[in-house]
Amino acid sequence: MKRKRVLNILIAVLILVLTLAFLEKLLMPKYMTEILEGALISEYYKEEYKEHDVIFIGDCEVYENFSPVKLWEEYGIRSFIRGSAQQLIWQSYYLLEETLKYEKPGVVVFNVLSMKYGKPQKEAYNRMALDGMPLSLSKLKSIKASMLPDEEFITYIFPILRYHSRWDELSREDIEYVFRKRKITHNGYLMRVDVKPLDTVPRAKILPNYRFDDICYEYLDKMVNLCKKNNIELVLIKAPTLYPHWYDEWDEKIKEYARENNLLYYNFLDYIDEIGIDFSTDTYDAGLHLNLSGAEKLSVYFGKILKENFNLTDYRNDDEVRKIWERKKVFYYSMKEDQYKELETYGYLKSYNIRREESEMN
Amino acid sequence: MLFTSYNFIAFLLILFIVYYSIPKKYQWVLLLAANFVFYSFSGWDNVVFITVTIISTYISSTKISNLYSGQASFLKENKGMLSREERKAYKDSIKRKQKLLLIICLLFNLGILAVLKYTNFVIYNINNVMGMFTNVELPFLNLLLPMGISFYTFQSMGYIMDVYRGKYPAEKNIGKFALFVSFFPQLIQGPISRFDDLSKTLFKEHDLDFKNISFGIQRILWGFFKKLVIADRILTAVNTITGDPDNYQGIFVFIGMIFYAIQLYADFTGGIDITIGIAQVLGIKVQENFIRPYFSKSIKEYWRRWHISMGTWFRDYVFYSVSVSQFMMNISKKSRRKLGEKIGKRVPVYLSTITVWFATGIWHGSSWNFIVWGLLNGLIIIVSQECEPFYAWFHKKFNIGHTFLFRLFQVARTFLLMCSLRILDCYRNVGISFRMFCSMFTNWNFSQVFSGKMLEIGLKKSDYYVLLAGVIILIWVSLIQRKGSVREKLSLKSEFVHYAVYIILIVAIITFGAYGIGYDSNQFIYNQF
Amino acid sequence: MEALLQILSDLHPDIDFEKHEALIDEKILDSFDIITLITEINEEYDVRIPVDEIIPKNFNSAKSLYELIKRLQDED
Repeated sequence: MKRKRVLNILIAVLILVLTLAFLEKLLMPKYMTEILEGALISEYYKEEYKEHDVIFIGDCEVYENFSPVKLWEEYGIRSFIRGSAQQLIWQSYYLLEETLKYEKPGVVVFNVLSMKYGKPQKEAYNRMALDGMPLSLSKLKSIKASMLPDEEFITYIFPILRYHSRWDELSREDIEYVFRKRKITHNGYLMRVDVKPLDTVPRAKILPNYRFDDICYEYLDKMVNLCKKNNIELVLIKAPTLYPHWYDEWDEKIKEYARENNLLYYNFLDYIDEIGIDFSTDTYDAGLHLNLSGAEKLSVYFGKILKENFNLTDYRNDDEVRKIWERKKVFYYSMKEDQYKELETYGYLKSYNIRREESEMN
Repeated sequence: MLFTSYNFIAFLLILFIVYYSIPKKYQWVLLLAANFVFYSFSGWDNVVFITVTIISTYISSTKISNLYSGQASFLKENKGMLSREERKAYKDSIKRKQKLLLIICLLFNLGILAVLKYTNFVIYNINNVMGMFTNVELPFLNLLLPMGISFYTFQSMGYIMDVYRGKYPAEKNIGKFALFVSFFPQLIQGPISRFDDLSKTLFKEHDLDFKNISFGIQRILWGFFKKLVIADRILTAVNTITGDPDNYQGIFVFIGMIFYAIQLYADFTGGIDITIGIAQVLGIKVQENFIRPYFSKSIKEYWRRWHISMGTWFRDYVFYSVSVSQFMMNISKKSRRKLGEKIGKRVPVYLSTITVWFATGIWHGSSWNFIVWGLLNGLIIIVSQECEPFYAWFHKKFNIGHTFLFRLFQVARTFLLMCSLRILDCYRNVGISFRMFCSMFTNWNFSQVFSGKMLEIGLKKSDYYVLLAGVIILIWVSLIQRKGSVREKLSLKSEFVHYAVYIILIVAIITFGAYGIGYDSNQFIYNQF
Repeated sequence: MEALLQILSDLHPDIDFEKHEALIDEKILDSFDIITLITEINEEYDVRIPVDEIIPKNFNSAKSLYELIKRLQDED
């Protein structure tokens, strides 16, 4: 009798857990047709061959501006972008820490724009950076570092507690992608082929001071040490996008830091002409992010730098690797074609709608 | 810690597990420690205030109790040796000492409560009066109101009055007494327990009992359902309507009043369900605080069924004390001579009623709204008391008192009357409250309900569906409850039904509860009372 | 005793107070009635029923109430 009762309780608990697990899957945003940036982080875990020479970490200035497929085509470099919208530096750090559990890249590239944020900014961006990660110690630490005062830790462990109220806004997308998501990036690169030329850049506000927060330096130091310990080359970059403004004072500080720590630092804003970026054709949002054409130009330019500075193997002659990347190329070019087709038909990208807030960029 | 915080749920789970793992004789000690943890979570100042109340009440009640036992042994020793007058003089002297101790303890503790709760209200009124003559304004003080102070102060004052009245001797163990005063499930919003009632189970050793655990958990879940799915969801609408009296008048006052009735009931009884449920899991019996109050047929009955522990507290310790005092007896004698037998004999009852309702009003909140609210309640009770002969005549003549329709009318009348009074609870001041009440009769804007304005008060269509379903379930459960405990009935059903109920409740609370980001209004309405 | 029964039946003419033994338990007397009773008794018998004697045991029947009055008169 008693054993039967225990068994029944166990079955009931199991049914409850399964129901909640299913509801969680159903209620979490899928980011498949809207706000695609939300799906970026999880893309990495679906990757079958987690062997990369270069890993990018950072905010939209990495996942919108570099094309791993182009890096492959030109130099045979295998790369992956672990970017997310307004990825904060501690999130980048823990993401790197986690990535190192899966593989050991030769080079890690970090985009330094997030040095300007000493505090978590927005719950939605935290979610996009964290919800895609499977449970790990790195994730827990990242959550702890990222939470805003009114957030609850447990809602990151059980996201249903965060997204439960979405039951009345479920769409076809939520049902379609309950269990399986579709691939939306090219090794972390979020493709956009449309063009919105640069008009005017808003004047940069004068800031009360140009210091980076201590906590940012702390994580940058940690990043440097982590790479050193694992024998990884760390490269600091600032992508060539015009806004948000990258102040000279900031640039000086990063230069100095790079010098002190013997790191390579490239501020691509200084090389715009050399790269060949033309802001009347190479941006899809008037200078905030590059489009495909701009990203490819930047990739060609940056690939050369990587090749020159580090001893990277050209894998184009490796049959096995080539096979994998050939498949990626097919996906890449078919999406490119599809986007152009959509542009022609609708005048805008209908199914690649990357909705974002206007003023402050990621 | 709020009942609806993740911390609290974690705290409960740990407590439940530890409670049944340690030797049973330490269970009450663990509870005392748990109270301490619960308190310190909301700030150390809270711990200081309640400790002061515990110690002062413990000392005075023990002294009063010792005087009783001293008196008993003295009288026994000197049996037959004292004259009647001597005995009386001795007893009177003891009583005087006890009275002094009681009064000091009452003044001290109620004084703390009054200073913290009413100082700013007094300053506000002084400023208003002074404003007529001068420009001088007193600054408001920044006083903290320790968590649950109204409840634990009332609980311990009830205790010392019982000891004074000789109802039971004082508890000797200060730890146990502290546990009684600070018992955490009932701290935030009651009930106000009586020592002789709660101590029956509070200090006992409790075995792990399947029925207690399952009934307790069911009760907790039901409470969370009421609180999270219904109360916290409808709260937005109540706040929108009552926060903007210029924009929401007429029919919206009516809607706001009904919504507030739902919100208050679901929130308050939900909180009590959680309290009683937690206690039951621990094997402790806390008395019921509500018996389906909205089914009451008169205001008097309503107050016997709503927040029962508060009503009986005021009855036993204020109403009776005032009305049988020598002072009141003298007034009674005088008024009989002056006003005649018939009216004269009612004077003490009605004076006491007014006193009690004034106190009840101000207990609910330090503003004129609550004072007027309390006095109106008292007034209605007196008027309906006076109308009793008329009702008797009416029922005799028409004999419809027992028909279903007439009872339904009585229930609806009582409900609407209580709703109307609660308008005072919602609006900023007494003036606006009355204006809004009148606008229900003067501002005929019924058509606005269907013009989309209902979707502007913070509720979406889907919220209305959830609320409708929730309220229907609420009423349905109450109707079943009239014929006995719902959980007892459930326990007769098959195990499959059992577990289905658990699963559905948990899933419904998690999915349809109004909690988390976007719903920050998780404060219990009764929290600061 | 006669006077007490008179007072009681003035309150509730329809109750047979000589026989009834659960006036409080069955909620026949409410708090208003109790106070009215106490004032009437004070008038009639000149005893003041103190607040600690307001317990169901003393008010459940006319008999017990009468005993209470006698006891209080004795003590005075």
